[in-house]
Amino acid sequence: MDQTDHQSDDLTTRPFFGPKGSGGPGDKGLGPASWLFSTDHKRIGLLYLGLIGLMFIAALALGLILRLKLMTPGSTLLSPQEYNAMFTLHGVIMVFLVVIPSIPASFGNIFLPLHIGANDVSFPRLNNFSWWLYVTGMVLAITSIFTGSGAPDTGWTFYVPFSERTTTNVSLAVIAVFILGFSSILTGLNFITTVHRLRAPGMTWKKLPLFVWSLYATGWIQVLATPILGITALLIFAERVLHLGLFDAARGGDPLLYQHLFWIYSHPAVYIMILPAMGVISEIIPVFARKPIFGYNMIAFSSLAIAFAGSLVWAHHMFTSGMSDTAVLIFSFLTFVVAIPSAIKVFNWLSTLYQGSISLDPPLLYALGFIFMFSIGGLTGLVLGSAGTDIHVHDTYFVVAHFHYVIFGGTGLGMFAAMHFWFPKVFGRMYDHGRAAWAFWLVILGMNVLYFPMFIMGLQGMPRRYYDYLPQYGPMQMVSTWGSWLLAVGLGLMFWNLYRGSRYGPAATKNPWGGATLEWTLPTPLPHEAFEGDPSAPEPYDFKGVNPDG
Amino acid sequence: MAEHGATAAHPKDYHAAKMGMWLFLFTEILLFGGLFLLYASYRHRFPEAFHAGGQTLDVFLGALNTIVLITSSLTVAMSITALRRGELTRCLWLLGFTIACAGGFMVNKTIEWSAKFHHGLIPGSEHMLGLPQGQSVFYGLYYAMTGLHGVHVVIGATVLAWVMLLIRQGKVTAQDYVVLENAGLYWHIVDLVWIYLFPLFYLIS
Repeated sequence: MDQTDHQSDDLTTRPFFGPKGSGGPGDKGLGPASWLFSTDHKRIGLLYLGLIGLMFIAALALGLILRLKLMTPGSTLLSPQEYNAMFTLHGVIMVFLVVIPSIPASFGNIFLPLHIGANDVSFPRLNNFSWWLYVTGMVLAITSIFTGSGAPDTGWTFYVPFSERTTTNVSLAVIAVFILGFSSILTGLNFITTVHRLRAPGMTWKKLPLFVWSLYATGWIQVLATPILGITALLIFAERVLHLGLFDAARGGDPLLYQHLFWIYSHPAVYIMILPAMGVISEIIPVFARKPIFGYNMIAFSSLAIAFAGSLVWAHHMFTSGMSDTAVLIFSFLTFVVAIPSAIKVFNWLSTLYQGSISLDPPLLYALGFIFMFSIGGLTGLVLGSAGTDIHVHDTYFVVAHFHYVIFGGTGLGMFAAMHFWFPKVFGRMYDHGRAAWAFWLVILGMNVLYFPMFIMGLQGMPRRYYDYLPQYGPMQMVSTWGSWLLAVGLGLMFWNLYRGSRYGPAATKNPWGGATLEWTLPTPLPHEAFEGDPSAPEPYDFKGVNPDG
Repeated sequence: MAEHGATAAHPKDYHAAKMGMWLFLFTEILLFGGLFLLYASYRHRFPEAFHAGGQTLDVFLGALNTIVLITSSLTVAMSITALRRGELTRCLWLLGFTIACAGGFMVNKTIEWSAKFHHGLIPGSEHMLGLPQGQSVFYGLYYAMTGLHGVHVVIGATVLAWVMLLIRQGKVTAQDYVVLENAGLYWHIVDLVWIYLFPLFYLIS
């Protein structure tokens, strides 16, 4: 398909520069400073998107190298120390620099204000500041790799006592994590306030798009859970530098308490990761099924329920750590409770699709991929949440597979779905649909070939984080590595297609998918000041009279 | 329209500014919350050691610092009222007094910590390693919690000094005082945390 439509290279077709004379950032020129210090939520969203993309590719490369090392048993490619450092960095970068900020900081920043009919967030300068905190954390995290006596080798969980004793550069890495947590808190705080204060007249809570509901619930988790990560990171720093001995068993400290503190944040954090993706899916499914969303109230409510119940389940990471049986029983039960609101969402999405007039465009493909992968990841999560089976598969590849199905197959595909859904609105051009579909099938196939064997290896007892393995795991380790190549090719095709689309794609129309939320009523590309006066609040999922244009 | 941000009459959205500040204060409470959780757990495990540790702390100095901080909370609240009434000079004096209280608190704290160091209670030192298990944890928590609180006192005083500057520059006024109000809220949380720290460390013996 020929897509060399260079029809217009003037500024008005590029994103967010705004027409000249509008008083917007377009008037201040296009220099780096007008971006780096921009208080425009759309520009900040794009700044985040760029860096998150960059970090994703970096951590992806690390993952590919890890898989390459594991393709054959024995000491190949990496030394054990390099291997430890590499899986630590893969985890730290992916979790704190990619997945936590992913959807909220990029698409949340761009579309949350537009969804509620506002021209910006409540605290635009704070928004820019939180991006700079992200940059600072990123720079420190990367610095920790190359300075001191070697890259951190603790795994992304920084478990004591090893994190207190290792001579690698853990101190700097936990400071980076502290600063990144601060950045995340400020984004959440900004979103909560924005949703409360800046809704257009008539935009009642029950007219909020479900993406907004999911970001609102996420914001509360960010505000209430992240400080615990902050103090945990500070304590590791204090233990290493000041030798307080609070987690040192020799001096009466208890390493188990570190695990509690860590997971009090880090379990809710997985809901920071997945909720915004669920919000994206809730936006996409009805648009491409041309039907109102099924069970709006329950989807909105289940976001809050996940945020609440998700903060009470942290110790299911610690069933084998030496807690009392009573604690294990309670946390196991609560883990099953949190599965209910997640299942509510999945059933509501499927009910929305039922008897819909489905057009299988790329955004919907990625959304369906999310449902498929998330369902496998979610159900295997119950295997881990139930105390009896967890004893068997704890700290095996089963956990690795479960986590990647949920976070890569879930949040990752949700992010890609968002990229394909909002691409025309953000970049003002359209990508090639055929290539996007090819990329999707390669990605989903690659993911399953990569991660599904890990379920089996885990059940057979292959421990996670190990440098080497017994010959019996050889064939499946090999297949898993092939999957990683498939996945890489798919992702490469996807990114290339999007890049090409953003440069040479045909100009996008105002509402190419026929969405009913407010951003589709705005011109493409988005003007600097989105709304002149207050827009009237639409029914976000009523498609009567709303059709795809162009 | 009441819910819709800034209006022509109020170009700044005061509700939003206050809501943002309160959310931030939640995060501060939870930041300390992690340490309070450790405190609860360890005190449950080592009641005698905590009792013995508490006896080594100077109740007089602790009580003095409590009075200093509560007084400073009062003066910061009065400074807001003064500003709203347009009494700029009084407002600045009250804020200056608040910052002086913060300074006094930190001097006091330094005396206390120096005395502890003098007795060999330096984190990571041979002496600390030789203490009974629970006492080592007690002093570890003492340094961590009062240390983190001290950092907050310094930050709070800096913020108040910055607001004084804004008042002198006419950027915070009798009509537009939310910055001072939020700084005052922050100062209250610094005070509030101390009100819990004081009995938990000094009065348990």
